[in-house]
Amino acid sequence: MEQKTKIKALDGQQELFITREFDLPIDLLFKAYVVPELVAEWMGTKVLKLDSKRHGSYQFETTDPKGNQHRFNGVIHEFEANKKITRTFEMENTLFPVQLEFLEFTPLSDERSRLTMQVIYKSVKDRDEHLKMPFALGINMAHDRIQEICNTLKQ
Amino acid sequence: MNLRRDVFQAIAEPTRRAILLLLASQSLTAGAIASNFDTARPTVSKHLQILNECELIRQEQQGREVIYHLNPIKMKEIADFLEPFRMMWEERFNRLENIMKNHK
Repeated sequence: MEQKTKIKALDGQQELFITREFDLPIDLLFKAYVVPELVAEWMGTKVLKLDSKRHGSYQFETTDPKGNQHRFNGVIHEFEANKKITRTFEMENTLFPVQLEFLEFTPLSDERSRLTMQVIYKSVKDRDEHLKMPFALGINMAHDRIQEICNTLKQ
Repeated sequence: MNLRRDVFQAIAEPTRRAILLLLASQSLTAGAIASNFDTARPTVSKHLQILNECELIRQEQQGREVIYHLNPIKMKEIADFLEPFRMMWEERFNRLENIMKNHK
């Protein structure tokens, strides 16, 4: 299977890069980050607030398999349509410090575009802990997906 | 899960990472490993003990000497720990691409 999403996390550094090329024109890729209904759909989260502009902010809420609700929020620092979004990301009620995200949108052709996310953490340890989260939750996530499909079939 | 956490703690230490790099090219005795570092020999022994407990290396008695080998299976587990994080984003971005293709 082709790996379209690439993660670069160099040893001992407090940042990581997530890169992905999309079969989408740049404006559609950017739109997926701006329109609340679209963000909710692909991120699989409830969008409580998304004010996509300089000095704007956002707040998301997800529900885990046990029914616990988790909220995430951040402030938007830079916002340039079809070019970049610079924002913070914070998990509410956790010990994880806030992180800084630089999103860069690059057109590759009329039909293709690239997203590069540079994420900067407070420390190397915080980055590594964050990277390990889905590693620890991996099995639960797979179960969650199966449960979801079963629930859909029952309706 | 505890053991796994120990593995990541083990590789978070620079000297231990350097030892793993050394052993990646060849198996060595404790003395040969220690000669690569300015650190006191008991300190190097302590690092070897931690790496051994985490199964990142294994020791083999050869006569009076103990030879240290890298454990490639355990090392691969570490290389793969990024994979669930990558998969999480891959799934999200696949959804993004599919949803937005319908908006063309």
